[in-house]
Amino acid sequence: MRAFAEPRDAPDALRRGALAIRRVSKVYDPNGGRIVAVDDCSLDIAPGEISMIVGPSGCGKTTLLNAVAGFHSISAGEIRLDGELLCGPGKLKAASGADRVVVFQNGALFPWKTLIENVAYGPVVQRRMRRQEALDKARHLMERAGLGLVVDKYPGEVSSGMARRAEIVRALINEPRLLLLDEPYRAMDALTKSVMHEALLKLYDETRVTIFFITHDLEEAIFLGSRIYVMTTRPCRVKKIVDVALPRPRDYRALSSESFRALLAETKQAVQEEAQKAFEVGERELA
Amino acid sequence: MTVSGGREVDRGRASVLRALPLALGGRLRGAKRGLRSPHPYLMVLGIVAAVLAYWLATEVLRLPRFAKIPGPVRVVTEWLNPDPVFGVSVYSAEYYQHILYSVERVGLSFGLATALGVPLGLMTGWSQKVRDYAFPIIELLRPIPILAWVPLAVIMFSGRETPVIFLAFLASFFVTVLNTHLGVKSIDEAYFRAAACLGSSPAQIFRHVVVPGALPYIFTGLQISMGVNWFSLVAAEMVSGNFGLGYLILNSYVSMTYVTIIIGMATLGIVGALSSGLIRWLGNRLMQWRLRSIGMGGAR
Repeated sequence: MRAFAEPRDAPDALRRGALAIRRVSKVYDPNGGRIVAVDDCSLDIAPGEISMIVGPSGCGKTTLLNAVAGFHSISAGEIRLDGELLCGPGKLKAASGADRVVVFQNGALFPWKTLIENVAYGPVVQRRMRRQEALDKARHLMERAGLGLVVDKYPGEVSSGMARRAEIVRALINEPRLLLLDEPYRAMDALTKSVMHEALLKLYDETRVTIFFITHDLEEAIFLGSRIYVMTTRPCRVKKIVDVALPRPRDYRALSSESFRALLAETKQAVQEEAQKAFEVGERELA
Repeated sequence: MTVSGGREVDRGRASVLRALPLALGGRLRGAKRGLRSPHPYLMVLGIVAAVLAYWLATEVLRLPRFAKIPGPVRVVTEWLNPDPVFGVSVYSAEYYQHILYSVERVGLSFGLATALGVPLGLMTGWSQKVRDYAFPIIELLRPIPILAWVPLAVIMFSGRETPVIFLAFLASFFVTVLNTHLGVKSIDEAYFRAAACLGSSPAQIFRHVVVPGALPYIFTGLQISMGVNWFSLVAAEMVSGNFGLGYLILNSYVSMTYVTIIIGMATLGIVGALSSGLIRWLGNRLMQWRLRSIGMGGAR
């Protein structure tokens, strides 16, 4: 078991979690309304990095994530993980698997299982561990993530922040090559969010798992990300890539640094343009 | 003086509580909390008010519509009479025979409907193919009122017992299938996706997502199923049968022993409430997560 053990050594990290999205398009309802959600989109995600995908609402970011996770098919192009074809011509829908675990927008812990049963779920169903072994491992990881006191609670009994943290641990116990997060902190207040950010960074610093993170929140994107992909409004493409050179490990003090503000200004401008376009398109569609 | 005296008593009670074994103490505390809340008193009050109105209407005011209806005093006297005037009271073996027959039929038909209806509902809810095959025919048969099945049931099944059980089964079966089906449909797509990306096989998704996710609807369905089961059972017993509470009621009507009608009805009420309570209890035991989540002020 490697998760949470040592930061991955370089050669291993190079092999795990390199996501290549090549000229991917997705057309919904091709024979009827023809809504082009993603058009000829290419992007590369380096292993061991936190890649933040930023763009206006409804731009097709989630469509991209769903294609990587294997929930949706693509219409053209290909997606590879560590060189291995997930989907492409002839096989337009990827198979879902525990090498790419998703943390969902509204949370998807099973409400009928306790937090520890949720966390232990993956290794048990994959038959990688016996039940008891998985529970021990889950307890250990949850304690390290500050969830030691709530292991036997049901998701409905804990705060949304704790539930979300447990969901990330439920993903990480599988040692995924890629962790896919779809606006996981959207509904949280600013204070909870900043606690969640530091907790995620702590987990990241321990595992160096590759993270594909969708968000609207630019401060979140810069604070967490290694690299930010600003996407265009529908159809979705990469508009601008911003490298975040802030040193790790990061804590909240990074938020008030000069370089943070410079990055924010740079990203803000690109996002603003797209948001404006999206707004105008919306106006036209409604008119 | 009185105040300190009261405290003395409280302290004495508290020390008694402390001295009791933990489990018993917990139960007592629960009971105490229950007695301090207004609910049990209001529940008793509601029943008392209803019986009072019934008593006033029949035995005191003798309202025109209620002239022939036996009042509560007459009914209870007969019900508890060791030597019943019309042959049926808690002391007569016949009374229990009727109850036993009905309960047995309900148990059999309800059990059969649940054993077949829940799996079928799970499958139609989960699998598009099974839904395509099974759902149209279920939706066509379901609206047929159970009483419309009576002639067919009597023609198809020999004897007196099987048609009755068949009719009660049929009513329960459709309710159970539909509610279970809706239960699966109600499960958030995100849980299926989460299970898939955590590496579950279809069989594991069925066991860990479909079944527990549908359980709240299934148990709501079983409550309704129990209700319609009693309903159609009594109807069927009135048509065919020589035992059971439905038969008892109809037979008492025919022989004009109106007191026994009310005894039969009240017994149906009690046994029906007990059977629903049993299902509720079982559901709560199987869905601890729901109780605990709601206790926190919001199930998710």
